[in-house]
Amino acid sequence: MSAADVNAWFVREVLPLEPILMTYLRHHWPNKGDIEDLRQEIYARVHVAAQKKIPQPVKPFVFTVARNLLINRARQERVVPIEAVADLEALGIAIDAPAPDRTIIARDELRRLQDALDQLPPRCREAVILGRIEGLTGREIAARMNVGTATVSEHLENGMRLLANLLYGEAPDSGKPK
Amino acid sequence: MTMESENVPALADADAIEARAANWLQRRQFWNWSQDDQADLDRWLTESPVHLVTFLRLEAAWNRTERLVALGAANAERAEAVPRNPFRSLFVRAAAGLAVIAALGVAAGFFLKPQDRTFATPVGGHETVSFADGTRIELDTNTVIRTRMTTEQRVVWLEKGDAYFRVKHDGAHPFMVIVGNRRVTDLGTEFLVSRRPKNFEVAVMKGRVWLEAADKQAPSQSALLLPGDVAVANAQSVSVTKKPLQSLTSALAWRRGLLVFDHTTLADAAVQFNRYNSEKLEIGDPAVASLTIDGSFQANNLELFARVIRRAFGLRVETQGDRTIISR
Repeated sequence: MSAADVNAWFVREVLPLEPILMTYLRHHWPNKGDIEDLRQEIYARVHVAAQKKIPQPVKPFVFTVARNLLINRARQERVVPIEAVADLEALGIAIDAPAPDRTIIARDELRRLQDALDQLPPRCREAVILGRIEGLTGREIAARMNVGTATVSEHLENGMRLLANLLYGEAPDSGKPK
Repeated sequence: MTMESENVPALADADAIEARAANWLQRRQFWNWSQDDQADLDRWLTESPVHLVTFLRLEAAWNRTERLVALGAANAERAEAVPRNPFRSLFVRAAAGLAVIAALGVAAGFFLKPQDRTFATPVGGHETVSFADGTRIELDTNTVIRTRMTTEQRVVWLEKGDAYFRVKHDGAHPFMVIVGNRRVTDLGTEFLVSRRPKNFEVAVMKGRVWLEAADKQAPSQSALLLPGDVAVANAQSVSVTKKPLQSLTSALAWRRGLLVFDHTTLADAAVQFNRYNSEKLEIGDPAVASLTIDGSFQANNLELFARVIRRAFGLRVETQGDRTIISR
């Protein structure tokens, strides 16, 4: 398995688990401020393991990594309670929650992308649309929006980050605000 | 008793790494990209698997948007039509699930007044609010803020409680926190502001902030605060002391849902717990009140704390309604 294959596997098999992984982390970890750090750390561990051997099946493996990380963190932080750690183990994992069905994802993909785009803040959305859909370069976007290049970079960076959260972080039906 | 709080090896800072990854990605996509740039990116990606997975995630999401080209015409029209309304709020729903406020869609843009929004946590609450500019504000227990985040100005009023600010610095649009008659202006920063009935405190973790009067009535005294600086201000005066960052980190343990005690008396510990819980802890006896305790505790788990001190000190714990009374 080449490095590129592992990357492709990660994007194809692991990232779509993000909505249930995030639900799991929010449910089992008290401090919401840590969730994104934890998510990254879990992804990193899964990726490192996959470089040696692609874990099969993937979902239980990801959640085992997640659970072990939470237990270690709970111990390290001395959240005092050995009780809490025990609780964490007793809680087990609802990994049988169904992953989003791929066919539904495919059918809804365009609608979802459009929804995500609509949720970006206006100036950020404008930069993303000019760059992604009209195919302008950074300089051209800056000229069109009448702002500096640093501002364009910032809009695009925010746009990329928000899109990743909107496309991976939230379940397809997590109630887009209307 | 010995339940030493321990230095926890910090997880990589997800936020900073993701910002870096987004920076690489947009540079590669939209600006001149040389072989040297590619080599730099490759080096960064091999530095840590966290870098790699963060980049892969952003890249994969971005690649998915390619399919939007199919919807090009409709969106292009919209891009032209995006109003340059300075009062349009920049708030976006925090991905981490502050479920509340996102509902006020486009319609709100019609009212030509700033979109102030209020966020509040109940006793025992802890929420992070994320804004489109990348700024995040963490609210501790029993805290109220009002925000005015527009494309023109970024102002937060701390009405009560404690809030930790991680500000995306933007020299053209300074970020300000107003507490009573004083103003804290970010100069590239992470800082904590705690409002109490008679005074407030600003503690700087990273970067610099500028503390000054927010109105003509306030004394004109101002101060530049650096990491480790703690300023205590009341209506009349400001005093600044330097503290080790380590002790500031303990004071910020609430961000992890913890209270950290270091030779803290039970009386003080009870005050801390009572800020986070609607059930109240009472110490029934002065001799008990002066006992000291070390360790980290979940702020919302009064019962566990009571059990620990009962065992450790052999004290009596009685529950009467929503009061827990500790005595000998």
